[in-house]
Amino acid sequence: MNAAIADVQPSGPLVQIRNLAKVYQRGKQKLEVLHHINLDIARGDFLALMGPSGSGKTTLLNLIGGLDSPSEGSLSVDGKRIDTLGESQLARWRAGNVGFVFQFYNLMPALTAQKNVELPLLLTKLSASQRRKNAAIALQLVGLADRASHKPAELSGGQQQRVAIARAIVSDPTLLVCDEPTGDLDRQSAEEVLTLLQRLNREHGKTIVMVTHDPKAAEYAAHTLHLDKGTLVEQGAG
Amino acid sequence: MKYFHLIWAALWRRKTRTFLTLVSIVAAFLLFGLLDSVRVAFTAGNNVAGAGRLVVTSKMSMQQALPVSLAPRIAAVPGVSEVAYADWFGGVYQDPKNQLFMFAVDPNYLDLYPEFVLPADQRKAWDADRTGAIIGAALAKKFGWKIGDKIPIQSTIFPSKSGGSNTWTFDVSGIFHAKDSSQQGSEQMMMFHWKYFDENNAFGSGEVHWYVAKVADPARADAVAKAIDALSANSDHETRAQTEQAFQAGFIKQLINIGFVVAAIMGAVFFTLLLLTGNTMMQAVRDRTSEIAVLKTIGFSGRSVLAMVLAEGVLMLLVGGLIGLGLVALIVPGMAAASGGMMPVHRVSSQTWEIGIALMLVIGLVVGLLPALRAMRLNIVDALSGR
Repeated sequence: MNAAIADVQPSGPLVQIRNLAKVYQRGKQKLEVLHHINLDIARGDFLALMGPSGSGKTTLLNLIGGLDSPSEGSLSVDGKRIDTLGESQLARWRAGNVGFVFQFYNLMPALTAQKNVELPLLLTKLSASQRRKNAAIALQLVGLADRASHKPAELSGGQQQRVAIARAIVSDPTLLVCDEPTGDLDRQSAEEVLTLLQRLNREHGKTIVMVTHDPKAAEYAAHTLHLDKGTLVEQGAG
Repeated sequence: MKYFHLIWAALWRRKTRTFLTLVSIVAAFLLFGLLDSVRVAFTAGNNVAGAGRLVVTSKMSMQQALPVSLAPRIAAVPGVSEVAYADWFGGVYQDPKNQLFMFAVDPNYLDLYPEFVLPADQRKAWDADRTGAIIGAALAKKFGWKIGDKIPIQSTIFPSKSGGSNTWTFDVSGIFHAKDSSQQGSEQMMMFHWKYFDENNAFGSGEVHWYVAKVADPARADAVAKAIDALSANSDHETRAQTEQAFQAGFIKQLINIGFVVAAIMGAVFFTLLLLTGNTMMQAVRDRTSEIAVLKTIGFSGRSVLAMVLAEGVLMLLVGGLIGLGLVALIVPGMAAASGGMMPVHRVSSQTWEIGIALMLVIGLVVGLLPALRAMRLNIVDALSGR
């Protein structure tokens, strides 16, 4: 199985998960959060992960985004085994391949929207002017070009989340992982954010994996997967 | 430099806290700069002119006198090019508060101190006047003395034969200046003829308290000092010859160990600063747990995060420390002027700047180390989920 995954061609699914398990050690207790998951996510897919609290959806999202390492099984993204990478290799891989969107935006409060969006580009070899230019394009894409010099505290929740999306896409990653991106937003802002994600998926070909509790949010995705007690239980169209 | 704006923004994330911490750093380095300037002023080696001079005192104590007859014997020691002698004269002008640095010196004493500038005509007048005295410019300014003034001085030790009292009268023959501004403390001195002192001193005669021997080759100063001490070995007036720097350092050490005092005070101040800024840094990093987790999420390595937090600690110390030392640089000239030349230092020495900057870097790294390690080891998943 492993050898087969190592040979995954770029034309195959973007994400291939085989027999994936995650066990956390909490004191003397072992907590098995994910049980032998098998999953393929196609390039250009917009996948919603749903399930009750504690079902393991955020854990699965963290593993796909390379924030955590599995206890068992294998995980390949764009043909690269990421379950075998060390911490610093994973950091480099994340910088080039994944964009992250969080429930609470997680912007740097002391930096302007422009500087927040530029953050991932600091890890590239781009010049300062090129970084500024790319960040401006990303902000324009999310409709916030006129808010570039504003700090997060001067923006609404929806605007902050759009800045966070601009930060996630500025280095043009293949994959966007979004953890409850509308969980802290009112209905209208949530719809704007979801529409934006949908547009990034449809028009710019971004593969998106989104964790959500909200069935309405899941409707924006192309597919929805349900997790319960660490196991995939259902798969259907979004 | 690419990350500088990130580090700067992190530093000012809590403006009040950072400001208060900076104030304490500024205060610590202000105190350090002032104390270290005093230390440098009193303990640093003298100028090049002083490097070739030996001071010869009694081996027992500076208070023990030596026979004046030693002068030609010291002059005959190979390597000694010139000799002069002097005596301490405890003088008071009008009020016991006005203690004077007065010395009875032999005629060629000034020849050994080219750093004191006395116009030739005034030198000539002084040489010709038995009760003549020369005074430093700062002393003249302090009491408003002019050339030609007759000054009554009370000796705290020596009664005058002529008057039967402790009052000695001197004529101001000349006013000397220090060649180098760093020597301006010397302008508080007053010198008069040893011969007048010896003849008019009711306590005895033929004795001096120290010799100054000029060494032709400063590199041979140790050997010459040994040869001078050998002249009086096993006599009732054994000597100790030492370089002028060693003599001055020893003299000041008898009064106060400035280096120790500065080290002790600054040790306490910097220890407190270490705890204070260390605590601030720990708190600052704890407050930014989720922000650091986000940086690591988007691809910043643990080492990058470690370096940024360390740089933040160093930057905080550099900003506060440089402001503190900058203030010292502004204050010291005024302090020196206010001391009337007693504090012979007019600017912050390069040594003080070097020690100060080294302290800023070391303290910055020390206070940043624990929070930086914490940030480096931060588990992204735990931090993002608030665990």
